[in-house]
Formats: sequence, structure tokens, C-alpha cells
Amino acid sequence: MEKLSNKTKTMLTIFIIVFFAFLLFLASRYLDSYRLRIINLMAIYAIMAVSLNLINGITGILSLGHAGFILIGAYTSALLTLTPSQKVSSFIIEPVNPIIQNLHTNFFVATILGGLMAAFFAFLIGWPVLKLSGDYLAIASLGFAEVIRILALNAQSITNGALGLKGIPEYTNIWWAWGWLLVTIVFIVSLVKSSYGRALLAIREDRIAAELMGINVFKHELISFIIGAFFAGISGALYAHWLTTIEPKITTLGPILTFYILIMVVLGGLGSISGSVVGGITFALLMEWLRNLEDPFTIFGLNFPNGIKGLRLLVISTIFILTMIFWNRGIFGRNELTWDSIYRFFKRFKKKRGGK
Amino acid sequence: MNDNKSSPLLHMDHVTMAFGGLIAVNDFENKIYKNELVGLIGPNGAGKTTVFNVITGIYYPTKGKIFFDGIDITPLKPYQITHLGIARTFQNIRLFSDLSVLENVLVAQHHTIDNADVDRILKKHGKEKKVKGKAWFWRSVLKLGYMKKEKEMKNEAYKLLEKVGLSDLAWEKASSLPYGQQRKLEIARALATKPKLLLLDEPAAGMNPKESEELMKFIKFIRDEFDLTILLIEHDMKVVMGICERIIVMDYGSIIAEGNPMEIRTNKKVIEAYLGKEWEYAE
Repeated sequence: MEKLSNKTKTMLTIFIIVFFAFLLFLASRYLDSYRLRIINLMAIYAIMAVSLNLINGITGILSLGHAGFILIGAYTSALLTLTPSQKVSSFIIEPVNPIIQNLHTNFFVATILGGLMAAFFAFLIGWPVLKLSGDYLAIASLGFAEVIRILALNAQSITNGALGLKGIPEYTNIWWAWGWLLVTIVFIVSLVKSSYGRALLAIREDRIAAELMGINVFKHELISFIIGAFFAGISGALYAHWLTTIEPKITTLGPILTFYILIMVVLGGLGSISGSVVGGITFALLMEWLRNLEDPFTIFGLNFPNGIKGLRLLVISTIFILTMIFWNRGIFGRNELTWDSIYRFFKRFKKKRGGK
Repeated sequence: MNDNKSSPLLHMDHVTMAFGGLIAVNDFENKIYKNELVGLIGPNGAGKTTVFNVITGIYYPTKGKIFFDGIDITPLKPYQITHLGIARTFQNIRLFSDLSVLENVLVAQHHTIDNADVDRILKKHGKEKKVKGKAWFWRSVLKLGYMKKEKEMKNEAYKLLEKVGLSDLAWEKASSLPYGQQRKLEIARALATKPKLLLLDEPAAGMNPKESEELMKFIKFIRDEFDLTILLIEHDMKVVMGICERIIVMDYGSIIAEGNPMEIRTNKKVIEAYLGKEWEYAE
């Protein structure tokens, strides 16, 4: 099997990153703000998907608590970027906790702290949850995410309860979103390509055999859980400064979000990082593009003046089911998009044409 | 090789393992010395695999203690026991099927860069440090001097595969290997953990006579090559009688006989356990 040299691969990677940055630059110059928002959302979704993939696809822990970590990241960062006066004016029911009122940092530090806070919660939750396995772990993690959401709903003086946080500055631009996506991918790929990553894959393949080959399964699962949660927290911070309004609702920062991310991950291929990126981008695109379906329309002489609400979800589900039927391991399966695989693909393609 | 001057490598001190009312292993008392090749045989359900599971820490024995190299390993977790030098294979092959052959071996080497626990255990028992405890997590993710280590690990893994004759298949998926090679890979993976004691659970299961002949040679070869002590469970009497220096026979959880192959072959209790008592036929 022919392979490309490491040097060529590094050069190609740098080239593609620069090229991509140039494309993003063009986009930020010439696209309207609506399209830019969608491009930012793609990166945010991709970060969420890649971080969940580390937990679900690579380590094989079926965790359904991702939205909980995103919520923690979102609230932590939002409370840090809102100015003290903004906080005072928006906390109507109960005055804001004085310590939280006076905390204020810039966006970058707030994002990092959002990630760290999520990682810290993952550490606390990981101890009890990771003692379980399989379906029990899934339900327990789902429960913990709900507990976090309910806490956010009721801790009036910290989170402003059901009113949520409003007027969050829209700091998330194309560079923050895609820059963090790059950091996420580089970090997680670097982890997966190391001995620790191999240990995580071994745990996915066979927990007992992995433990008996000298791997501290619990510790490695916890590491994976914490790192996944860290990047979930980062994506939450970006999401909060993209939405500009966050509330502890089921649909925005609750289980529904977890299931959306799960769809992205499974669509792209459980265990494939490139698959998760593609899954996240595709999902963001589809969700926006299919909004057209909810516009008023007329079909076979029947008139729907208000459109049909929720039709796009129906269509997305159908697309998802069809994908699972035809590609039952997702678009990428467990394969990664690497230079070697692209090279091989073109090689084969060339051979086929040459043969004819 | 029962050299009484040296202390035993493994000492099962009256170990009992009960699952509720079922006593799978009953008062198992045995010492295994360095470089011995011991066979553990017995009819189905005699409790042989349970003995393995108790030694490797999957089960916590109901009664009794297990000493390895003078250290009480009874309360330790499976991965810690592996770090101390006990490796095993499984009755039904448990490879990391989606990983390549080389990666399977590399996974078993992972504890060489993540073994902070062993130090503590060795120190507690007044033993000298075997290796400095380390956790390379950040170094491996941020690639600080890690690539060199990775290369070393890969070279070592490849050398091991060369020794066992699997190096041609290094980049194949483990699940794509033929059955006999998978068995061999499982042994290679266990060897990669650098064990002192190797536990083989029915290594010849499902092999034809020619394959099991090769396996016998292979087991003898790795014992000399890697300076191992081997305890093996086997149903194939040709293999057991052919390579084991000492055989322990179990039935209904207890040891019923122990000795060299000649003694076992003529032992009345063993014959009874396998074939039933003579008077039963008379009736």
C-alpha cells in the first residue's frame, strides 16, 4: 500500500488550513449576516459533535448528558461577559448574587472558564456515573443533565431562573467559532493518535480485556469524559454568545440538544472525528435550509397559509432514517478522512479510468 | 523445579470463591515456582477458569489470599495485577477486533507510560521500584517528547510480533486473522505486558492436531525466550501431558490430585473424575 510521506502530509495540512482560513475570510467579507450566523453555527455544532464523539464513539461510553455540560459552559461564560449593570437590570425576581454580579472578564477567558467549569462538573458526575455501564450509564447521565438544567431553572440569584440571561454580547464570530473548532479537532486527534487514544479504543472494543491488559479503565473513561465535557463547555460558551439569549429550556439547552448532537455524531459515523465534523455541518445546514418547508405553501390545491410547524423535523428524521438504512454505520463509519485515504481514493479512481 | 529454597512466585493460600450457595473454588491451596510450566485440568465446570478470574482480580475471593512475588494481590484491581506481572489469555478469544494486530500489542504496552499506581503498591510492600511511576497524559497529547516514545513502543511491539511470527500481519485488522493466528496474537498481546506469570486459558481449543503440536512448541519457546512461568488450562490431554511438568487436577472446585504427568495418568481419583467410578458400570 502506497503512502504519502509525513512531510507531504504536514505541508498539505497546513495548506488546507490556510486555504480554509482564506475561504472564511472571504465569507466574512462578502456574506450577509444571516449566512454568517449559519456558518458560525456549523462550527459550534461540529465542536459539540466532535466532543460527544470522543465520549460515545471513541471510548464507547453511551453518555446522554452532553447538553448539561453545554449549559454549564453557556451560563458560566455568559455570566462572565455580561457587565455588572446588565446583570442588575435583568435579574428582576431576585437580585443577583453580589459575587457573580462583579465578575467580569473578556470573551476568551470566559470561554476557557466555561470549558473548565464543565470539565469540573464532569469530574464530579463522572465518579458515580462511570461506575455504571451501558444503558444504566446512559440513563444516569441523562438524569444528571436534567438535574443541572433544573438547578439552572431554580437558582434564581445565580442564573435568573426561567427568565434566562438576555442581552449577551454577540461575540461569537467566524474566527472564534472556527478557531475553536480547529483547536478541538487538533487536540482530540492528537489524543486519539497517542497511546492514550489507543487505550480508549481498546476500552470501546472490550472493557474486560482492556482492564486485564493493564489499562486503568475507570481512569481513562474519566479522562475521556472530562475532555469531552471541556469542549462541550467551550461550545456552550460559543453557543451562548451566538444565541445572545439563553434559558434553561428543554429545546435549547436540554435533552433535545443532546439528541440533536447524537444525531450529528451517528450521522457522521460513531468513532469518526471527520464524520462528526461533517455531521455537525450537515445538520446545521439542513436545519436552516429546511426552514423553507415551514413557509406557507399550496400543494394539490390545498392551501396552508401558515405552513406546517415542525415539518422540517419530520423531514430531518426521514433523512436520518434513510441514512441509517443505506449507511448503517453513518457516512464515514469508523474511518477517518486522512491524506492517505484521499490519495488511495484518487489512485483507485485513476486506475479505474485508465483501465477503461 | 520445586526448589524449596526460593519463595513461590504465586501462592494461592486456601482460596475459596463462592457465588451465593455455589462454591466454584473450594479451599484452593497451591504454590507455583519460577519457570514452572503447570497444567490445570479437570472436567467441565470444575472451576478452572474461576481460578484464573480470582488470580487476575476479576473476582474477589470469598476466603483466602493470593500472593504474587511476596505481595498480597487479593485486594488489587485487575489492571494493577497486570502491572505487577500477571498476564492472561481468554477461553473465548477477546481481541480488540477493530484495531490492527500491531495496535493490539501496543495497547498492552500502554501501562509502560501510565503506571503511577504500581509504584505506590511496590513501595507499600517494601519492594524496590521497578520503574518510576509516570503518567504521560499531557506529554502524549501535546507531543512533548512523545513521538520518540511512540517510536520506541512501536519498535518493541514489532519486534515482539517478529518473535512470535506475526510481523507480516502487523497492519491487518485483528478480526481478519484466521483462528489459530488470533490465538497466537492473544498470547503475544499478553506477552507485551511483560509478565512474569502467564495464564493461558485453553490455548489449544478448536485446534487440529497439527496446530496443537505447533502450539506446544510455541509455548515452550516463549517460556525460554521470555523467562516465564506458565499456568495453563487445557482439555487437550496430548498438550497437557506433553508439555506440563506438573499437573493440578480439579473437580467440583477442589484439587483432587497433583503431580507429574505420569502420576496423574495413573491416579485413581482422576480417572474417576473423568470416567466415573468403576462400580457404577458394574451395576
